[in-house]
Amino acid sequence: MTRARIDGRFDLDRTTYDALVEHARSDFPFEVCGLLAGADGRVLKHFPIPNAARSMTYYSMDPKSMLYAWNEIDDKDWDLLAIYHSHTHTEAFPSSTDVQLAVYADAVYLIVSLQDPAQPVIRGFGITDGVITERHVAVDGQDAPVGSR
Amino acid sequence: MSIEVRVPTVLRKHTDGQKTVAAEGSTLRELVVDLERRNAGLGAALVGDDGSLHRFINVYVNDEDVRYLGGIETPLVDGDTVSILPAVAGG
Repeated sequence: MTRARIDGRFDLDRTTYDALVEHARSDFPFEVCGLLAGADGRVLKHFPIPNAARSMTYYSMDPKSMLYAWNEIDDKDWDLLAIYHSHTHTEAFPSSTDVQLAVYADAVYLIVSLQDPAQPVIRGFGITDGVITERHVAVDGQDAPVGSR
Repeated sequence: MSIEVRVPTVLRKHTDGQKTVAAEGSTLRELVVDLERRNAGLGAALVGDDGSLHRFINVYVNDEDVRYLGGIETPLVDGDTVSILPAVAGG
């Protein structure tokens, strides 16, 4: 398992965690993506966004769906807490493409890995100026499984 | 002639934290020039040295992606809203 320096934590509630896994499974083997928004670090809404690339190795959020989500987030004065996508065949760690294209330094990049379909893994990262740091992901206050690989 | 421009959080460092700014232009290209004049760095974040829109920046006029309108030459009229959103993509 590839690791990065742990820097802080990211809290998810069980319902959101399960929804992310369900979304990732819903279009397997293609990657899915979406946004989590909220306030004070608490997730208030999950926005699944269509992957315009519909690829097994790449995602690109559908621009219009992303705009509608963003406008709602901004109009409600919420924060964009997390940007998530799935890896269907690799571990839950940012790929070089993920790092290269990461521009939302304030958001946590969550990756849902279905590398082991029976044991989904969600890990969270900050990606700022090409540097990856990991957020300790907790679900209802308990450590989320990080998988064996 | 005034266009409302919605600025994403990651570009608000160019607008003193403001969510929206006003600018003028009869095309998106003119608007970008005016944006840069009023908010140094904001116009430059949208276009490359050759004056074309960056591939990984989404720009919308009244919620329509300008890639499906006229790109950088998309005409603007008084009261239009232009939204800017860095694309989210990865592997």
